[in-house]
Amino acid sequence: MTQYMISVNHIGPYPDPTTEEAQASFAATGAFNERLMEAGQWVFAGGLQPLDTATAVDGRGGDVTVTDGAFSESKEYLGGFWVIDVADLDEALKIAAEGSKACGQAVVVRPFQGE
Amino acid sequence: MTSSQDLPARIDRIYREEHGRVVASLARRFGDLDIAEDAAGEALLAAVEQWPDEGIPPNPGGWLTSTAVHRAIDRIRRESLRDTKHRAAIMITDDTPHESTGPVEDDRLRLMFTCCHPALPAEARVALTLRLLGGLTTEEIARGFLVPETTMARRLTRAKAKIKAANIPFRVPDSSDVTDRLGAVLNVVHLVFNEGYLAGAGDDPVRAELSDEAIRLGRLLRTLLPDEGEVAGLLALMLLIDARRSTRVAGGELVRLDEQDRGAWDPELIAEGHALVRECLARVAGGGPGPGTYQLMAAINAVHTDASDARDTDWGQIVQLYDRLHAVTPTPIVAMNRAIAVAELDGPEVALAIVDPLRLEDYHAWHATRADLLRRLGRGSESRSAYDAAIAATDNSAEQTYLRRRRDQLSAR
Repeated sequence: MTQYMISVNHIGPYPDPTTEEAQASFAATGAFNERLMEAGQWVFAGGLQPLDTATAVDGRGGDVTVTDGAFSESKEYLGGFWVIDVADLDEALKIAAEGSKACGQAVVVRPFQGE
Repeated sequence: MTSSQDLPARIDRIYREEHGRVVASLARRFGDLDIAEDAAGEALLAAVEQWPDEGIPPNPGGWLTSTAVHRAIDRIRRESLRDTKHRAAIMITDDTPHESTGPVEDDRLRLMFTCCHPALPAEARVALTLRLLGGLTTEEIARGFLVPETTMARRLTRAKAKIKAANIPFRVPDSSDVTDRLGAVLNVVHLVFNEGYLAGAGDDPVRAELSDEAIRLGRLLRTLLPDEGEVAGLLALMLLIDARRSTRVAGGELVRLDEQDRGAWDPELIAEGHALVRECLARVAGGGPGPGTYQLMAAINAVHTDASDARDTDWGQIVQLYDRLHAVTPTPIVAMNRAIAVAELDGPEVALAIVDPLRLEDYHAWHATRADLLRRLGRGSESRSAYDAAIAATDNSAEQTYLRRRRDQLSAR
């Protein structure tokens, strides 16, 4: 078995959660999550607050610096992710396709480092 | 004795033929491509050392596989890898064939689907297939694709690392996915074939050998998946094009299809290709799925190779087949090739009206096609600049020689 992270990357602000479309995708994502749990493939999943709630911390130097916002100026940012535990990449890709459809965003699949 | 004279060549040929089977069988057993590949290499060294004295064994493939298995187990013991998978593999003493887990049970087919996995970059799929299934060395593949050996080595290493880290399975996809995934496999084989075929005469012979390798892989796929129309279609396409290989270049100059010496085409390859095309037609007529890209391209080539004189070509049928091909694969290149057939049926003016708006500025064949159509319409100066653009857009010397001669004939008039 291999664990994979399926990450949902956003560009630009989150869609308005009150629209019918957003509500439908929340419902579809909830149903998808339940299927993962029932199949024993679920490890963890979560959606993140918007990027303007982020705080950057750098503890490498003598003084710890704390700043508002993220490190990079990249337009793309992490909106949420799943961690799944499945037999191989083919299985992970199938689940990722379902997850992408449910949440209405393209996703990226990456394996975790082994034991 | 001549046999001892030929021995290194025979060993080389056996090794290349058996390489895919040996690596595939070890990859399944040990779950690790590096171990499989290294052990196959060691088995070859053992064969080179032992066969000249002991003779080639009656079942050389079996000999290579069991030697490679022993070398792999030795290596795993030596390095005392702690991975449970490897320990479990050592425990296996049964050499009987593995259980079937896909539509077809063959380790080479599994390996082919792994090498051509869509999660790998396209260029790495081609390289992995040639390395692991074709038994070509990294240096040979690099020469075939005109890239430095270090680049090719990096490409292969990176792809194998991804297979391992991302746990790309060593498995034939289940029947619901096999058609999609088969497309990626066929695409790799076709790319390998073209890479070899488009290499001109006088080029590195390794490049031309890529075509032979692609046909060998095509035959293997055909054996493993005898009911897949597109597999038969791709093999037929490659055979019908390869049948004309010797007539395609003369004196360092490209010879167009209508000017080739048709008597010098290989009749056996043509007969085999035609039989495959007939089989595809029968399958479609019998209610099977509609023909895909490869079957349609094979059918077009079957019509060409059916005419013993270029003037006897059934252009009406070719245009019809291109119509169907364009419906399946609506690319500008298909549209352009269709227009070349339209020119024979409806004249160069109709064809030019199709070709001009395609604007394939970087594609030498687009310029060459325009040049030819403009020449036939008597528009000499426009034709000349189109030939110039075509010459500038290709690196192939046989192609350039042909285009220059056509251009210069133009100015002589």
